[in-house]
Amino acid sequence: MLIIDSEACIGCGLCEDNCPFDAIHVEDGKAVVNELCTLCGTCVDHCEVEALSIERDEEGVDLSAWKGIWVYAEYRNDKVAQVTKELLGIGTELAAQRGVALSAVLLCGKAGDVPQQLIAAGADKVYVVEDSALVNFTDDAYGNALEDLARKYKPEVILAGATAIGRSFIPRVATSLSTGLTADCTNLAIGDDGHLHQTRPAFGGNIMATIMCPKHRPQMSTVRPMVMKANTPDASRKGEVIAETIAPARLKSRSRVVRTVLSEGEQLNLSEADVVVSGGRGLDNPAGFRLVEELATLLDGAVGATRAAVDSGWIGYPHQVGQTGKTVASKLYVACGISGAIQHVIGMKSSETIVAINRDPKAAIFDVADYGVVGDLFEILPRVIEKLKERRS
Amino acid sequence: MRIVVCIKQVPDAKDVRLDPVTNTLSREGVKSVINPYDRHAMEEGVRLKEQYGGTVTVVSMGPPQAKAILQEAISCGVDDAILVSDRAFAGADTLATTYTLAQAIKKTGDVDLVICGKQATDGDTAQVGPGLAVRLGMPYVTCVKKITGVKDKVMSVERMMDDGYDELEIDLPALLTVVKEINVPRFPSIRGLRKAKAFDIPSYTATDIDADPDQLGLGGSPTWVVKVFPPEPKGVRTMLEGSLDEIAEQLADILSDSAHGA
Ligand SMILES: Cc1cc2nc3c(=O)[nH]c(=O)nc-3n(C[C@H](O)[C@H](O)[C@H](O)COP(=O)(O)OP(=O)(O)OC[C@H]3O[C@@H](n4cnc5c(N)ncnc54)[C@H](O)[C@@H]3O)c2cc1C
Ligand SMILES: Nc1ncnc2c1ncn2[C@@H]1O[C@H](COP(=O)(O)O)[C@@H](O)[C@H]1O
Repeated sequence: MLIIDSEACIGCGLCEDNCPFDAIHVEDGKAVVNELCTLCGTCVDHCEVEALSIERDEEGVDLSAWKGIWVYAEYRNDKVAQVTKELLGIGTELAAQRGVALSAVLLCGKAGDVPQQLIAAGADKVYVVEDSALVNFTDDAYGNALEDLARKYKPEVILAGATAIGRSFIPRVATSLSTGLTADCTNLAIGDDGHLHQTRPAFGGNIMATIMCPKHRPQMSTVRPMVMKANTPDASRKGEVIAETIAPARLKSRSRVVRTVLSEGEQLNLSEADVVVSGGRGLDNPAGFRLVEELATLLDGAVGATRAAVDSGWIGYPHQVGQTGKTVASKLYVACGISGAIQHVIGMKSSETIVAINRDPKAAIFDVADYGVVGDLFEILPRVIEKLKERRS
Repeated sequence: MRIVVCIKQVPDAKDVRLDPVTNTLSREGVKSVINPYDRHAMEEGVRLKEQYGGTVTVVSMGPPQAKAILQEAISCGVDDAILVSDRAFAGADTLATTYTLAQAIKKTGDVDLVICGKQATDGDTAQVGPGLAVRLGMPYVTCVKKITGVKDKVMSVERMMDDGYDELEIDLPALLTVVKEINVPRFPSIRGLRKAKAFDIPSYTATDIDADPDQLGLGGSPTWVVKVFPPEPKGVRTMLEGSLDEIAEQLADILSDSAHGA
């Protein structure tokens, strides 16, 4: 808990001003903490009279039985998710730092050559469960399978992609194992203390928080796609493939997939695209939106949209970027006729290069842009498209 | 059908901003609101009740101020509201939160359906729904965008996936988390507002829900926030200038370089 030394406290209010959680206030000249406190330590760092300190139950627990870094290998519709390869990239680093093996866990109907792909991407071992009950993703079957394997082999870390699937069943596994889980991490590192330091955005990306799970194992994280770097695949890498079976009763699911409907024309998964060209209300009509689509095609990119564009019916919901849509972290994000509302910006601001075109010089989108153009997109876009086509031919 | 909806009070996302000078979150004028996804969870509960009969109870774990959102829930058509509030809950991470909510829900009796929002906009973890389902021994489906029917204790739903959607059946009792596409929440009715005004919201403490103190609050939380800091600032932006043709030329360069060079 947060200890307040009221002798030392001078009621200056620095703690109150700096607390991200509204958890500390000066009342009658002294700091008082409330139940919103997360022990993040910001107030302790800012206190100039050393009136604040944190006391935790640091009593040691024996965690030595838990060894190895695991990556859940997401496999759906005959495809290994790109984020799995990225996790094997960061997993390689973490495993080297801890001096342990990196393993992938594959749950599927038929594995085919997927284990070899995972080894080429960095896995030392691949645990494979092949079962007809795992052809379709259900939380019961996938959750029980991963939980049972974790109990059997005791990994110290389990990583999974922050995808629809990962965000759905990984919390189940963490709860069943009574351990901590940090969602949507953007940075992972092994600290000097040997624990996994997990960093993630909070409050819509307005602050970053580093989170640890020091007294429980496994340490579990879901990680955003397109943040970590995959290894260059090496087909000659050797690894061990371990076939596992899970008790049939544990693969019985209380929910059943009746049908899978893939979005039309969504060959490219927006969250995994290197280039995203997005349009907003500034495109005025469906015909305007075709300009965005044309530019995206020329750049081998995917098409994104604001909620305003989706609500206008110019493009389908799967293309929506933002708080209520997808998060993208592309190499290039081109925002056309987008004002830059915070709910949209949350979903795209971690892109590497952001280009914005808007006729309003004060549009908020320019605050997050690397390159900005003030002007009418109906004049600019056709010109740029023309030039890119010339360069192609 | 007896339905419980979990709702959380969060700072209004559009108001939370980083002060560029001090690099702290400026909360000036930040309102507390019902987590936006939870409005859709509530609405879906009320719609199911209207169609199939039953009751809807909203539950929130939070400080005493959270009574405000429960009051608002009553005005939007739910029947009953419970606040779960105790200093002992302070600092709970998602594991401790799901324990506390599960204890409270069990206390209210048998439940056919629990509905949560997909995620809460303060932490965006999306972990409480699935974790709560485990604690209650229920199956669950996350990111539900449509409930297509209920028959013989089996519910048909559509779940959003990254590449489209899945149609599923799930055995009741169950837990669902919902996305915004599922419905358009209604506004409070006059009758609802009157009912809310007269409604005295009960508050459960740790003892009331027979909680094991070791599983509550900070002590029951395996994850510790050890540091918070502002995100790295974006680089300086360049505004492209010149004639239309010059701008288009520069843009074509930037686009080709960033798209293929990186
Ligand atoms: C709870 C909540 C969740 C939300 N979630 C999302 C979300 O996930 N994603 C999302 O995108 N939004 C979301 N929104 C909506 C968001 O607040 C904005 O309303 C939306 O992003 C605005 O879209 P826009 O930029 O296309 O439209 P506008 O704000 O109308 O902006 C249009 C822009 O185009 C410019 N323009 C117009 N004509 C031209 C032209 N000829 N040439 C150049 N520029 C032109 C204008 O100057 C203007 O800046 C959410 C809102 C709420 C309340
Ligand atoms: N303290 C709480 N009280 C009631 N419901 C909650 C609480 N925290 C989370 N929830 C529910 O769980 C959902 C997901 O929250 P989260 O896992 O925090 O993103 C929310 O949309 C709510 O329905």
